[in-house]
Amino acid sequence: MAILGSIRPVLTAGLDGDKSWHLQDYVARGGYEMLKKVINERTAPQQIIEEVKKACLRGRGGAGFPAGNKWSFMPKDRDFSSGERYIICNSDEGEPGTFKDRDLLACNPHAVIEGMAIAAYAIGANRGVNYIHGEIFELYQRFEEALAEARAAGFIGQNILGSDFCIEIHAHHGYGAYVCGEETALLESIEGKKGQPRFKPPFPAVKGLYGRPTTINNTETLAAIPFLLKMGGEAFFKLNDSASGGTKLFSISGHVERPGNYEVPLGTPFAELLALAGGVRGGRKIKAVIPGGVSTPVLPGEVMLATRLDYEGLAEAGSMLGSGAIIVMDESVCMVAALERLAWFFHEESCGQCTPCREGTDWLYKIIHRIENGAGRAGDLDLLEKLTRNIAGRTICAFGEAASLPVQSFLKHFRHEFEYHIEHKTCLVPKDVQWAGSTFHTGSASC
Amino acid sequence: MGWQHFSHGVSVMLEIEIDGKKAAVPEGCLVIDAARQLGVYIPHFCYHKKLSIAASCRMCLVEVENSPKPVPACATPVTAGMKVFTHSPLAVEAQKGVMEFLLANHPLDCPICDQGGECQLQDLAVGYGAGRSRYCEEKRVVFKKDAGPLVAMVEMSRCIHCTRCVRFGQEIAGIMELGMAGRNSHAEIETFLGRSVESELSGNMIDLCPVGALTSRPFRYSARGWELQGRRSVSPHDALGASLLVQVKQDKVMRVLPFENEEVNECWLSDKDRFSYEALNSTERLLKPMLKQGGEWQEVTWNVALDYVAHGLKDIAAESGSDALAALTSPHSTLEELALLAKLMRGLGSDHIDCRLRQCDFSTDGQRLGAPWLGLRLNEIADLDAVLVVGSFLRQESPLLAQRLRQAAKGKTKVSLLSVGGEAPFIRLDTSVAVAPSQLAAKLAAVLKAAAEEKGASVPEALRDIVPCAETRRMAAALLVGEKKAVLLGNVASQSPFAGALHALAAQLAELTGASLGFIGEAANSVGGYLVKAVPEQGGRMFERPMQACVLLGVEPELDCADGVSAMAALKQAKTVIVLSAFKSAAALDYADVLLPLAPFTETSGTFVNCEGRVQSFQAVVKAAGEARPGWKVLRVLGNLLGLEGFEYESSEAVRDEVLGSGAAFAAGLDNGMQTKEVVLPVAVQGIERIADIPAYFADPLVRRASSLQKSEAAATPVARMAAETLKNLGLTAGDKVRVRQGQGSAELLVVADDSVPPSCVQVAGAHLATAGLGRLSGSITVERA
Repeated sequence: MAILGSIRPVLTAGLDGDKSWHLQDYVARGGYEMLKKVINERTAPQQIIEEVKKACLRGRGGAGFPAGNKWSFMPKDRDFSSGERYIICNSDEGEPGTFKDRDLLACNPHAVIEGMAIAAYAIGANRGVNYIHGEIFELYQRFEEALAEARAAGFIGQNILGSDFCIEIHAHHGYGAYVCGEETALLESIEGKKGQPRFKPPFPAVKGLYGRPTTINNTETLAAIPFLLKMGGEAFFKLNDSASGGTKLFSISGHVERPGNYEVPLGTPFAELLALAGGVRGGRKIKAVIPGGVSTPVLPGEVMLATRLDYEGLAEAGSMLGSGAIIVMDESVCMVAALERLAWFFHEESCGQCTPCREGTDWLYKIIHRIENGAGRAGDLDLLEKLTRNIAGRTICAFGEAASLPVQSFLKHFRHEFEYHIEHKTCLVPKDVQWAGSTFHTGSASC
Repeated sequence: MGWQHFSHGVSVMLEIEIDGKKAAVPEGCLVIDAARQLGVYIPHFCYHKKLSIAASCRMCLVEVENSPKPVPACATPVTAGMKVFTHSPLAVEAQKGVMEFLLANHPLDCPICDQGGECQLQDLAVGYGAGRSRYCEEKRVVFKKDAGPLVAMVEMSRCIHCTRCVRFGQEIAGIMELGMAGRNSHAEIETFLGRSVESELSGNMIDLCPVGALTSRPFRYSARGWELQGRRSVSPHDALGASLLVQVKQDKVMRVLPFENEEVNECWLSDKDRFSYEALNSTERLLKPMLKQGGEWQEVTWNVALDYVAHGLKDIAAESGSDALAALTSPHSTLEELALLAKLMRGLGSDHIDCRLRQCDFSTDGQRLGAPWLGLRLNEIADLDAVLVVGSFLRQESPLLAQRLRQAAKGKTKVSLLSVGGEAPFIRLDTSVAVAPSQLAAKLAAVLKAAAEEKGASVPEALRDIVPCAETRRMAAALLVGEKKAVLLGNVASQSPFAGALHALAAQLAELTGASLGFIGEAANSVGGYLVKAVPEQGGRMFERPMQACVLLGVEPELDCADGVSAMAALKQAKTVIVLSAFKSAAALDYADVLLPLAPFTETSGTFVNCEGRVQSFQAVVKAAGEARPGWKVLRVLGNLLGLEGFEYESSEAVRDEVLGSGAAFAAGLDNGMQTKEVVLPVAVQGIERIADIPAYFADPLVRRASSLQKSEAAATPVARMAAETLKNLGLTAGDKVRVRQGQGSAELLVVADDSVPPSCVQVAGAHLATAGLGRLSGSITVERA
């Protein structure tokens, strides 16, 4: 459990680490009140959707799509006679640097369950699945326990609280693939097939899990719902002075004193969050920050220090809020080595379905690997840029952009390091600087 | 994963523009299809009009107005007012980019790759790629896979992951035998562990593969595409009559490909059609006329041979009466051969000619109203609301008909199967019932009774004691709904000793439910044989009367007949046996007195009438080998030598036009009706009953000699298949060696457990030397440990 700090928290308020996750603790905090209210008062589903829209709750998984809008894509007929309708919670959390959803599942799983149930009520779903990535198997087991508690208490299942609202929620775990965080690949995985994304259209709201209308939301997005409804959409919106409402869990890692999860209102200046996390480790100078998970463009440290943590602020700075996974890099980082590691990740995780990603990520990695290992060639940097333009926008899913943006941004802000590598066949950042303070390297010549 | 992209009911037409050309196309149409309609070709690999959309190759990316990203034409439905640009700078850049990526890991094998010259990757690289690739890294290697003797997967590094082969297995063949394993650039197309590719349609994957990853193993390294001349022909095997493109180099048939014919075989071929050509160049080809004199075989000239035959026939007719003359002809013979042989025999005064070699129940002879046929056109199958198939090993008898049923079953068609088990048809069946062959009629009677009860119609007296089970009620119910229904009888039914009863029951069921009745058909010219009266007019069983002279046309009776043992016995006591065949077999050298070399279908002009009654004529594609002659010519000359009238034909077309009338696309005289529909239900067989499937690759003399097909799993030596329960009752286990006995014959076989075989039955394939000694293809059989 790594929720280390917060500023006016909402989702993580009142938690006793990961010891207060049981149903009775959640209820003691006011949990399931909103679900009860919505059912007992027979709140119009459209009204709930309106509140979510008023709150300007944007998807917390990385894409930032407004949740209220997504919910209104579901067919309005709520006809279950032809089959099921699904609410899916995407807890695949594969974006490197992101580890907030696992803490939500560890510390506040019932918020996720209540959020899923209310979402199901609002969009007309009768079945829910929480897709949890297989690497956090114990938390998948914990979520199953939480589901059992919720079922026993009658908050999920058939005819909840004596109404005709039914929502069966299941947990499903993945087997270790980043691409299964992509919503349609996630659906394929649940269906027992290879986690390869589907082309869109058709969209999941029309043809999703098993061909049925489906809405997929991130863990944090769904966990926010009960709190959003409790305070009302407008109040949620006003929790910060940003253009979209609410707080955000940021997973901050890398060269900071206290890497972990922090819940702060959107729009909080990065400098404030960095201070909360204890600042750059050892008081070193900040060099670069990846602000929203490795598929978002890297920013130079000084730029990041002047940026507010919201969608608009980061877009203005030339990057994206993404999943809120912040990776801080200090001056000991060789940016070429860092990009090599990222390129390797994208090459490994490509599902292999479509040509630009399957071959492109392989090619990108090979070039960057050569550059890092002293075999770079004169035209490599231009070639890298040109290749990324042939990958991004040409693929079935956003993986193409995810693999391309890091390369483009590293070259944009740190091109001199790459040029140095090609010319001198070694890192610009001296090896002893790279290894100083590292618990990994013990001074041998090979990297 | 495809999606239904056509709206139901009347299509709305949308105005769109492609490359400046305006058109109106139906709503739901894909950009790539709309473009094709306008004559604009959009490059693609993974898209195929018969397969689901993958949209993964990205070669078809085109620019669409108001979209910053290019869109895949194969997965994008048209919208009103859409403007598509297939050659804009963005589209061209996308195409070049994708092509460069495809070539990145692709080995530069063109000089040694079979696909060279007929390779989509080559063609699109030239047409849509950049002039050179900037890839200067290592290429990944993929190791070869074993996919059996037909489809070569030796150079899988060439694979571009279009997944057409995967989708073909899942969707067309009905069994997924290849899949993409792994991830990223190490993703590979593989077979399942320990399995190879065994579908009877697997050869189509060779056509589908756009590169040289899946190639034809028999054809490997033998010729370049541009060296081959393509000539059209028609399949001589099953009753579907697929259109062929036979490719020839220096007068030798090198390869057979499908000729696209949407009405018949669409763009597919069964493996039998595709690979049987190897038999044409077999060392077993009979190349010179031969005569047995004093127990010794001698090669003679045609004149000598035909003279001998003519005299032989005349002498025996004079001595023993024309009743002692008989002719057996293969239903794979051309229409002209069948017609002239029939004319010849009748000219000599004999009615004893038959092409229905594996039939043993002739009770409908004299009752039929016309030539039995499929009862509907092949392209009407998709429109059926329901179809009941009775007594068929669908995938062996007519793989492409089975494929049409497979696709229909995915739509609105309810396909039910009432048969003898032993084969997974890979069709989503509404109901499936498997019974012992002698109980097939009783079960069909139950469906009839259920339908009658459902409809409130009177039940035939003979069915009084029958109690329909839930499945037969379901089959009946399906046939009572909707407009277009069909009841189809397969070869198990027509070869059954109770074929007459099955025909009568099916006819009554069809009439009661308003369904069409039809026969799947046993061979390329089963329908043709009836039309030209190559069947006895007065009915009867060929081998039950002693014959003194027998003419065999394209037949190997020990393997091709309903009771090979009886057939051989009858031949042995005949005075003279005249064999016209493309092959000389050891058996023929024994029982024959004359061997006349026949030109197979590639070396003669001729006609096949398929199960729809479709008249399909073809020309020879190569010169006849050795001294082989077209059968129609041999019979014409023989007719002259015998002094018979009406044997003056100058061409095979003249023969065809005489029997069918000229210019007919479909033959007349097709009728599945019967004069009487009385039913006598057969008595069930006691003890263990034999089910004799005729494996596709044993079914006719040509395919038996196709070397690559004979190496496949489907051509393995017959075994004794029984359900686990049956095995237990007999005290046997899988892997035991058993001796099976029928009548005077026996065979030693290995035991295989197969729960799809009905209880108290053993499935022992026919048409194979290992089991030919058993004689009859049905009836009771004993099984004991060997």
